[in-house]
Amino acid sequence: MTVPAFFFYLFSAVAVASAFMVIAGRNPVHSVLWLILTFVNAAGLFLLIGAEFLAMILVVVYVGAVAVLFLFVVMMLDVDFAELREGFLQYLPIGALVGLVFLVELVLVVGTWAVGPGIASAIKAPIPNASQVTNTEAIGRVLYTTYVHYFQIAGLVLLVAMIGAIVLTLHHRVNVKRQNISSQNARTRDTAIEVVKVKTGEGI
Amino acid sequence: MVDFFWQTLWPIIIILAQSVLLLVALLIFIAYILLADRKIWAAVQMRRGPNVVGPFGLLQSFADLLKFVLKEPIIPAGANKGVFLLAPLVTCVLALAAWAVIPVHPGWSIAEINVGILYIFAISSLTVYGVIMAGWASNSKYPFLAALRSAAQMVSYEVSIGFVIITVLLCAGSLNLTKIVEAQNGPWGMFQWYWLPLLPMFVVFYISALAETNRPPFDLVEAESELVAGFMVEYSSTPYLLFMLGEYVAIVTMCAMGTILFLGGWLPPFDVAPFNWLPGIVWFVIKVCFMFFLFAMAKAIVPRYRYDQLMRLGWKVFLPLSLVMVVAVAAVLHFTGWAPK
Repeated sequence: MTVPAFFFYLFSAVAVASAFMVIAGRNPVHSVLWLILTFVNAAGLFLLIGAEFLAMILVVVYVGAVAVLFLFVVMMLDVDFAELREGFLQYLPIGALVGLVFLVELVLVVGTWAVGPGIASAIKAPIPNASQVTNTEAIGRVLYTTYVHYFQIAGLVLLVAMIGAIVLTLHHRVNVKRQNISSQNARTRDTAIEVVKVKTGEGI
Repeated sequence: MVDFFWQTLWPIIIILAQSVLLLVALLIFIAYILLADRKIWAAVQMRRGPNVVGPFGLLQSFADLLKFVLKEPIIPAGANKGVFLLAPLVTCVLALAAWAVIPVHPGWSIAEINVGILYIFAISSLTVYGVIMAGWASNSKYPFLAALRSAAQMVSYEVSIGFVIITVLLCAGSLNLTKIVEAQNGPWGMFQWYWLPLLPMFVVFYISALAETNRPPFDLVEAESELVAGFMVEYSSTPYLLFMLGEYVAIVTMCAMGTILFLGGWLPPFDVAPFNWLPGIVWFVIKVCFMFFLFAMAKAIVPRYRYDQLMRLGWKVFLPLSLVMVVAVAAVLHFTGWAPK
């Protein structure tokens, strides 16, 4: 058995096992931690097929930022586990439906891969020789030329989502004292200090 | 079988030996960096600092190591045991893992990968997990508050570090750390390193690195006057030692990253005698020590930030500044034709 094969089985076994633990875990925080382990192993699998840029971006974006916020929210939630388990049967039909849709989509993706005509040639076409350009450069070449519009639209969608989230959560409360940074920085000795002569026993 | 040994096992043995060598050298360096931190801090306050163990207190860090290891680790009854013990390990292992790609001398890195700088960035974005896991697993108020603070703080400052890295990448034209250092080599010597052309970014990087490693004046995560010791309150003995170790390794990693991105890595200041008599690794260590001196001085002379001001600095000052700089640097490179091919 070669070394890459060994690491492939290692990463996939750990990824599958930890993905199972995500749904099997009783504590939601543990579930998120298992999810992070799954992400890291997926990044390892990306590395093995030579997609080093995708692997690092997966770690930076999903593990380093998204999962942190996930963990943040889950830790702060006050979840009543007994109540959660009682509602399990109630949500079972809709959960099963969502799972079924996912399963069908997965089968469709794999199925198209196997039976679709011309896919094999389409996959090979845009990839430059790996010995001449690095992975990052190859992605950069197509991302900002051929697919620049998709890229921009994806950015716009994210922007709209971000503005939506800010609008939903931003409340300007009126009775809160806020610091005005520019006026704070503009303070000098003359405007801030006052010398007062106080007579003994009289106060100001 | 002989083939298998030479083609599969032997490279693994070589890599293991290199890693052990690097780790030992790094840990001894950390021991003296820790001492230097305390000595500089003491000197600023006109104290003597550690001076009892060994000549000039040189063995103080090793005495501390023994003390921590020999004490009893205490796990609180309400703590989530597995996560509680995993957190210091995560902190320490991640901090050390970043050193796999750092070139300290031409060709001296354990893994010469094309996305080296992204690897370090990814690893440093993971260090927040050590803090969050510790804060949550301790099942106590102050650690939890510290975990929440750190999650917000470290994620915020990562954004500006990311943009700083992008400006350097635009100038160097590569994500490979060795190539970034080589791109700074030229007839102008130290004035061609990126600290001068990208001076505002160097300042942003330095301050963000302080915040990212939870160093003063941004050590709100372990602010002793408000949170006792933050996420480390419930830790003792070896787990605590691992946290301290991971923290200092992360600081030295940030110093090494600043050295590579802005101070020309292993390059001598000028490529003439006597500067180029010293081997590259010596220059690298000197520059890392200089960066650490800046870190240590900031700890000694700057008071702690207030939390809302910390957030304001990250999001309202550094983020727009670094965004504008990315656009400006890209425009300059494009219109002057200086962009690397």
